[in-house]
Amino acid sequence: MNTLAALLCAGLGAAAALGSAASAGTLDTVRQNGVVKCAVNGSRPGFSSVDSHGAWHGIDIDTCRAVAAAVFGDPSKAQFLKTNNQTRLTALQTGEVDLTAANTTWTRARDTDLGLDFISPTFYDGQGLMVAKELGVTSVAELDGASVCVRPGSTSERVVADIQKKYDISLSLVVIEDQKEINTAFFGGRCDVAVQSSSGLSSTRAAVAPNPDDYVILPELFGKDPMGPVVRQDDAQWRDIVQWTIYTLFQAEESGVTAANVDEMRETSDDPAVRRLLGVDDAGGEGLGLDKDWAYNVIKAVGNYSEVFERNVGMGSPLKLPRGINALYTEGGLIYSPPL
Amino acid sequence: MSVTSFATPGTGAAPRPAPEAEGRAAGTLRRLFRSPLSGALTLVIALVLVAVAWPLLRWAVIDAVWYAPDPAACRAEGAGACWAVIVEKHRVILFGAFPYEQQWRGAVIVALWLGWALLTAPRLLPLAVRLGGWVVVFLVSLVLMRGGILGLAPVGTDLWGGLPLTFLIFGGTVAGGLPLAVALALGRRSDWPVISFLCAAFVECVRGFPLLVVLFFAALILPLFLPPELTIDKLLRAEIGMIVFFAAYAAEAVRGGLQALPDGQEEAAKALGMSYWLRLRKVVLPQAIAVALPALFNDIIRAFKNTTFFSILGLFDVLGATKAALQDPDWVRYGLEGYLFVFLLYFLICTGLSLYGRSIERDNLRRLRRAGE
Repeated sequence: MNTLAALLCAGLGAAAALGSAASAGTLDTVRQNGVVKCAVNGSRPGFSSVDSHGAWHGIDIDTCRAVAAAVFGDPSKAQFLKTNNQTRLTALQTGEVDLTAANTTWTRARDTDLGLDFISPTFYDGQGLMVAKELGVTSVAELDGASVCVRPGSTSERVVADIQKKYDISLSLVVIEDQKEINTAFFGGRCDVAVQSSSGLSSTRAAVAPNPDDYVILPELFGKDPMGPVVRQDDAQWRDIVQWTIYTLFQAEESGVTAANVDEMRETSDDPAVRRLLGVDDAGGEGLGLDKDWAYNVIKAVGNYSEVFERNVGMGSPLKLPRGINALYTEGGLIYSPPL
Repeated sequence: MSVTSFATPGTGAAPRPAPEAEGRAAGTLRRLFRSPLSGALTLVIALVLVAVAWPLLRWAVIDAVWYAPDPAACRAEGAGACWAVIVEKHRVILFGAFPYEQQWRGAVIVALWLGWALLTAPRLLPLAVRLGGWVVVFLVSLVLMRGGILGLAPVGTDLWGGLPLTFLIFGGTVAGGLPLAVALALGRRSDWPVISFLCAAFVECVRGFPLLVVLFFAALILPLFLPPELTIDKLLRAEIGMIVFFAAYAAEAVRGGLQALPDGQEEAAKALGMSYWLRLRKVVLPQAIAVALPALFNDIIRAFKNTTFFSILGLFDVLGATKAALQDPDWVRYGLEGYLFVFLLYFLICTGLSLYGRSIERDNLRRLRRAGE
């Protein structure tokens, strides 16, 4: 796949110029198509996956549905394209999709080199370490001499190198290409430590561990993994639409507006923030090229951020992730919307 | 003794009776225990087989969990294979992301394809009927997938998936690729240097690329070079890529068949005053294709398996859908069962194809032999 990617890069260099010319006016294109096209991962439970009926679920899916609700007032007008790590951004660059929500980590290189814009993250992740409880380890500093399963060339491999320097401990690496094999190796006792994003770790623990209670995820988190939707760089209006759709989810949580009470709130609330949010007082959608009910439609369709989180990765899901740094800023997290 | 005869002189004894025909089982048994070493090896291998086969049987059949709405049943002590994962996920595996209420359409397509394949496999119907039937099956499948007429809800190609999609891609590839392959093979042997060079260059170029790159190019890069007014559906673009790829390989198989044909055949046909097309249709191609059949079926079976590459377009082919379905945290640990199911599916279909190919070969041989008498 690496050669493929390299080949593509060569092709894309030439293509980027063409692509940017063709993609002006994403909102018009979207309206013309009648759907918002989103590139998603499709194999990442909690973020984007299909259930036994072939229906889509996940945070990334809800982000896309929210944008569809903002544009069309109808969350079902979102269309999902299953991509992998090699194709998720290419599909966006070539105009195949209007937005990529494929748990893509926001990095400087991706943001500046590819002609793309990253939008406010919808999930903050970090690399965590998991060990068997019976080892009695409570902190990373006690791991001297332990063996660690990592994937070659992954973020986790870099994190392990950093940890060794930072804590002055030596870890022996067991390098395995495939995540499924890593899981087998770790739960089979071939290595003491598993390193992965904290969301990945908890899903592995819930799904693969013979007994999930026998394993602990150490409290330290390493590296930054802000994941959010990505759009093409050349369309400020579309960027604003996606950006403020996400802020609407955040603000709705902060103001206590949910999918269930949004109708009532629109009628009765005196809170100026809520009235602005739901377009009661001012025509909120004008600057975005949307109608004034757009934010109401978003919340009606997917709920606020807390509902999205809990339903997909939180306590209402098999992953059972705590809010952690994904809590509102008022509760010590990073979820923050600029004032409306 | 003046005459040496090799015949046993008649000494009066009755002729020796013919050796008693050995039963098949007895013969096999004798061969297995021909010498002490071979006898020992037979025993050891038999023991190993039993040692492997028994736990496998226990795992796959006796202790297996066949149906369980709750994955916890599969985690019970002593539970074997969890086939319940297939029961739970079969809709996604077989039909991908196709709208759930509309999946009966996919089931009808699968039934049509398998039904017509079984019906025509003995080749009792005339060729024109069989081929015409396939065209009808293909068109009906397209209508069922697309919808939008006859009161069927329209379904965009982005939602196509599973076995129906696999069949359609495969059918389209073979139907479009075989004629192109024959044309390329004939072109490459053409007396006109331009044509033969172009055909050779085309074949060599396409064979020089991995299929993945061809599909990637067709799906993602090509739209950048096409004028914006010209929008071709991504599925169609990729299908054209598949056809071209298949044709390049099959062309070489056909060319091999053409080369195996003695020059005398075509010269004799020429001497009879047959036109080019008539020679092609009646003399050259029937014999060349007959020779090329084993290699062609190689390519055809590969074309079926290559349909899995369509997952790079974001479509759920059977394998891609299985992969995605098995990410479900509740069922993720039963990936082995899921992959075994897909293996079995592909194995059955590919074996069917290869048996069909062999039976055509046998028929051809018989016909050629009759013609030679």
